Amino acid sequence: MTQSRARALLLTPAGLWYAAMLLLPLAVVLIFSFGERSAIGGYAPGFTFEQYANLPARFAAFRNTLTLAPVGTLAALLIAYPLAYFLAVKVSPKWKTMLLVLVIVPFWTSILIRSYAWIFLLGGKGIPALLEVIGLDDVRLLNTPFAVLVGIVYGYLPLMVFPIYVALEKLDKRLLEAAADLGTPPWRAFLQITLPLSMPGVLTGSMLVFILLMGEFLIPAILGGGKVFFVGNALVDLFLQSRNWAFGSAVAVALVVVMLITVGIYTRLVKRFGASRDDVGLM
Amino acid sequence: MKLYAWAVYAFLYLPIGIIALFSFSAGRSASQMQGFSLQWYGRALNNPFVMEALWTSVRVAFLSAVLATVVGTMAALALTGMRGRTRKVFDLLVQIAVMIPGIVIGIATLIALVSVFDLVNPWLEGLTGWKLSLGSGSLIAAHGLFTMSLVVLLVRGRMETLDGALIEASGDLGATPMGTFWQVTFPQILPAILAGFLLAFTFSFDDFIIAFFVAGAETTLPIYVFSSIRRGVTPEINAIGTMVMAASLLMLIVAQLLLRRSQAQARR
Repeated sequence: MTQSRARALLLTPAGLWYAAMLLLPLAVVLIFSFGERSAIGGYAPGFTFEQYANLPARFAAFRNTLTLAPVGTLAALLIAYPLAYFLAVKVSPKWKTMLLVLVIVPFWTSILIRSYAWIFLLGGKGIPALLEVIGLDDVRLLNTPFAVLVGIVYGYLPLMVFPIYVALEKLDKRLLEAAADLGTPPWRAFLQITLPLSMPGVLTGSMLVFILLMGEFLIPAILGGGKVFFVGNALVDLFLQSRNWAFGSAVAVALVVVMLITVGIYTRLVKRFGASRDDVGLM
Repeated sequence: MKLYAWAVYAFLYLPIGIIALFSFSAGRSASQMQGFSLQWYGRALNNPFVMEALWTSVRVAFLSAVLATVVGTMAALALTGMRGRTRKVFDLLVQIAVMIPGIVIGIATLIALVSVFDLVNPWLEGLTGWKLSLGSGSLIAAHGLFTMSLVVLLVRGRMETLDGALIEASGDLGATPMGTFWQVTFPQILPAILAGFLLAFTFSFDDFIIAFFVAGAETTLPIYVFSSIRRGVTPEINAIGTMVMAASLLMLIVAQLLLRRSQAQARR
C-alpha cells in the first residue's frame, strides 16, 4: 500500500464525520436563514431576506451580549493579568506547575455547577445577608447584570490567565534588568517593556473569552433569571419554544458573523503586535 | 502580590467548596449548614431519574470519547508531515469545529438531523419498520465532532515532537512500517492519546448546551441538573454537583499526569 493511499484511508472517517456533522449542519443553518416559518413551526422552504430584516426584533439580546461580553472580558483581563504576572515572574519553579494547574482545572469542570454555586452566594442568604450586617439593606444581586458579570468572570478567568502567563513567561528578564541598570523606575519598565511584550497573550486570552461569551447561554439563564438574556438565550427560545427555525437560523448566522468580525480584528491586532502561535493550547 | 493571588484562588475555589460543604448538611435547606450527614448522597444515588441520567451521560461520554479518540488519532497520524490542499482543508475543519460556539453547533445539528430524518424516515420505515430519531446516537456524533478535533490537536502536537531518528533506526534494523508504528511510534504517543480520551470524556460528560438541543427524549445528567435548578435549589443537587466535580477532577488529574509524562518523554 502506498503512503498516500494509507493517508487517505486514515483520513476518511474524520472527513466523513466533519462533512456530516459540521459542514452539512452549517449549510442547513445558512439555507434555513433565507426560508420562512411554516404554519406549524419549524421551517418552510423559500428565498427571502425577511428573517434578516427582522433581526432588530432581537435587538435587546444582541445589545446585552455586546455590552456584557466586552465588559466581562475586560473584567476578567483586569483580574487575570496580575495573577498571570505573579505566576510567571514571582513564583518559585517548585510551586509554579501546581499553581498553574489549580487555575486551569476549574475551566474543565462543569460550568453548569460552577454557575449554580453562585446562586447561593448571590442569593438572599449569601452576600446580601452579609451586607445587611454592615447596614446595607435590601441589596439584590441575583438576577441582575452584576450577577451575570460575576458568573462570566468566574467561568472564564482560567481561559484568560493561561495565554497571558505563557506570554509573560517567555519574556526575556534581562530586558528588565537592563532597564533597571539604566535607571528606569519599575512602573515605567512595566509600561514600556512588560506590558507591550505581553500583548499577544492579552489579545489571545481576550479573544478566546469574548468568542465563548458571544455564544453563552447557561450563565445568563442561571444567574440572570430571564431578565438578563443573551443571544444564546434567544436562540434556545427560538428553536425549542417558539420553534421559529428560519428566524432562529438568521440570528445564529448573525452571531457567527459578529464572531468572525471579532476574529478578523484580532488577527489584525496580532499582526501589529506580533504573536506566537502556541499561546492557545490550554492543557 | 501574594495576597492578591490568594484572593483569586479563594474566588476560584470558594463557591465550589461551599456546594461541597452544604452537600453534607443534615437539614432540608440547601443554603444553610445544619449538622453533618450523608443522607443527600443516599437520596441522590437512590433517585431513579438521577441514576438513569447518570447512566445516559456515562454511556454517551464513553462511546463518543472512544470514537473521537480512534478517529482523531487516525487523522492526526495522517496529517503529521503532510502538506498541500488536503492538509489545509483539515486544518480549517479542525479550527472551525473548535471555534464555532457550542450553541450554534447544537442548533445546526438539531435542524440538520431533523430535516434529514424527515426525508429518510418515510421509506426507511416502509422498508424496515424502523425510524431514525434524535437520541444517544446523535448526541455521540455531535460531541465526538468537537472532541475528535481536540484529539487531533493533542496527538498531532505530540507526533511533531517525535524523534525521527528512532523511526529511521527501526526501519534500518528491518522492521516493517507497521512494526515500527506499533513498537516505536505508538508507545510514545500513547500518553497524548489517553489524555485526549480523558478530555473528550470530560467534555461530553459536562456538556449541557449541545445535549440540550440534540439529545431528543434522552436526559443527560447536566440536563437533569439544569431542569432541577429551575425548580429550586436542594441539598440533593449539591450532592450530585459535588460528585460530578469530583469525577471530572479525578479525570483531569490523570490527564495532566499523562500529558506531563508525554512532555517529559519529548524532552528526553
